[in-house]
Amino acid sequence: MTAVDNTQNPARSDEGAIARFLRATEIDARMLGMVAALLIIWVGFDIYSGFLRDGEGLFGGSFLTPRNLWILLVQTSSIAVMTTGMVLIIVMRHIDLSVGSILGFTSVCIATMQVFWLGPMLGVGHPSIWIVTLILGLLLGGAIGAFHGTLIAYLGIPSFIVTLGGLIVWRGAAWAVIRGETVAPMDKNFKLIGGGISGITPGSIGATASWILGAVICAAIIYAIYNNRVQRKRFNFPQRPMWAEYFLAITGCILALGVTWLVNSYYWPKGVVDRYVQATGIEVPPEGINIAFGYSVPVLIAMGVGLGMSFLATRTRFGRYVYATGGNPEAAELAGVNTKKLTVMIFALMGVLAAISASISSARLDSATNALGQFDELYVIAAAVIGGTSLAGGLGTIYGAMLGALVMQSLQSGMTLLNFESATKDIVVGCVLVFAVFVDQVYRRRVK
Amino acid sequence: MNAKKASSAKVHENRGTPLVEMKDISIAFGGIKAVDHASIDLYPGEVVGLLGHNGAGKSTLIKILSGAYKRDHGEIFIEGKPVAINNPRDAKAQGIETIYQTLALADNVDAAANLYLGRELRTKFGTLDDVAMEAECRKVMGRLNPNFRRFKEPVKALSGGQRQSVAIARAIHFNARILIMDEPTAALGPQETAQVGELIKQLKAEGIGIFLISHDLHDVFDLADRLTVMKNGRVVGTAHTSDVDHDEVLGMIIAGKCPPNAIPGPGALRSAA
Repeated sequence: MTAVDNTQNPARSDEGAIARFLRATEIDARMLGMVAALLIIWVGFDIYSGFLRDGEGLFGGSFLTPRNLWILLVQTSSIAVMTTGMVLIIVMRHIDLSVGSILGFTSVCIATMQVFWLGPMLGVGHPSIWIVTLILGLLLGGAIGAFHGTLIAYLGIPSFIVTLGGLIVWRGAAWAVIRGETVAPMDKNFKLIGGGISGITPGSIGATASWILGAVICAAIIYAIYNNRVQRKRFNFPQRPMWAEYFLAITGCILALGVTWLVNSYYWPKGVVDRYVQATGIEVPPEGINIAFGYSVPVLIAMGVGLGMSFLATRTRFGRYVYATGGNPEAAELAGVNTKKLTVMIFALMGVLAAISASISSARLDSATNALGQFDELYVIAAAVIGGTSLAGGLGTIYGAMLGALVMQSLQSGMTLLNFESATKDIVVGCVLVFAVFVDQVYRRRVK
Repeated sequence: MNAKKASSAKVHENRGTPLVEMKDISIAFGGIKAVDHASIDLYPGEVVGLLGHNGAGKSTLIKILSGAYKRDHGEIFIEGKPVAINNPRDAKAQGIETIYQTLALADNVDAAANLYLGRELRTKFGTLDDVAMEAECRKVMGRLNPNFRRFKEPVKALSGGQRQSVAIARAIHFNARILIMDEPTAALGPQETAQVGELIKQLKAEGIGIFLISHDLHDVFDLADRLTVMKNGRVVGTAHTSDVDHDEVLGMIIAGKCPPNAIPGPGALRSAA
């Protein structure tokens, strides 16, 4: 039978092999499509930028350089953190348009506390300032989100309206707090959250720690795959074929070590190294010293949030209820899920994530303005949707959305690198969003 | 005739405390009385059929018992004790399980997740124990629907009969004492309908009380011991299925005419008395 099929229609049997591969490895095909899109964008920008100006990139441009990719990751982290929460909100058939404004409002509150209250009170640079303001900022974001969630769940106002109101209100509130001024500088410890160098203290963990982290990630991947296999064996469930397990483990480890190598290939600028040498008085070998950045703090935060949120979404009761409610709210309610409480919790969580992003953004800029995070809500929603979150609810993954954020940010950074006008950038990003959703629809229809 | 009625009333008395007794239940939605002073009872090991037109109030009455709606008036007794049922969790705590007409499945998650929705198994770390839930799901589905293999797919991808068996599995897996089945065979083919019939007989033998809501008179006469007919939110009457025939029951459903062998309720036509 199969032999006949092969001779009659070789193209189909070829497709069958890919389908078999995807089924064995349990890799989502649209995920693979997104990775391909990302690689095309990266290579395309590198080649294109090479035409304009020779660089050290992989294809002779200036996009695929350790420096640019390191910065790209830092720039992505703020949106990536928020998009993990947006996925769950959209999965539950809601929307949050207020995240950009919450980001703006919490960042000006954090900055005001640091510059005008705690700074003068405890002395500028006091070691408790960053942690106190960070915690208060997170609480503030969570409280705003919980307030939105309460209006939505218990008063029955549609989330679109509540958060549209929030979008306007919190932007206005941000202006009211600082009367349109720019508040700077941020606390010197707090600044490290943004990944920049504060004096001679870097907002990144350096080469050794990065390699250790990379190794730990590899170990975790292997353990997860092994553990899954043991568990399924215990209950006699069907297993993935052995080659698929090896493939997943090796790909995962290559990826983790590759990214680690990348962030370790970007070195401190010469000026900072000189200051560092002066301050520490270490001996400089004749060929000079290279100090690698390694993983930056915001990227670590984003990775941690992504991991935590994935855990929440897939391994806990909370996540299960979010997805079940998104799939069929009535069924979840009848099964005894308190969907109202769940709605409040999910918006509160979104508020906390917006506050984390507020910390990253304001720390990176070393200042806060009432315009910080403007239009972020749209980028966050766009990232989630590009990452495969269905606006009809019930469908979406955290890692997909974070990858979506990386795609969005790659487009923006690439165009900035090529000196595109900001108007052109907006037009391109908007078109890409619509196109991505169109491709997704076509894909989903095919799968059905 | 009167003697027969008396004897059935006697049987009624001798059976002790009913498993469920809903007394004088009323609920209104925006001025419309969906259920109007309805009373209904159920004994262990008994199947009570609940009949009536669309909008007669039978689904609403039963949703009050399952906790989906909160009653405006009336009392619910379980084994003689008054209970407060204010939400689906309360009902489940009393051993009341429901198979809804719409099945009430979360379409985007798999069979095991639906089976355990609202009472997930967890590991000692408090995380979901998906493997254990899948194992239990394979066991219970193996009993109900031995050909079922699609454990990893969202239930959206399943056939009508498969979805139905997931819904039934969910209701019987947690030691229900009282089972509510709202049109359990509406979406099924003849063979699957027969399976549900077998299942009802088996559960009955285990002493579970079952409310069976159905449009299908044949189903009710085949499976139910007693039947209660509702019309316009009120109970027309209650009778043993052996005491009445199809035409009499149709008369109850359509005209609200209570036959002599049935115990009339507040919704019965006065002239019939």
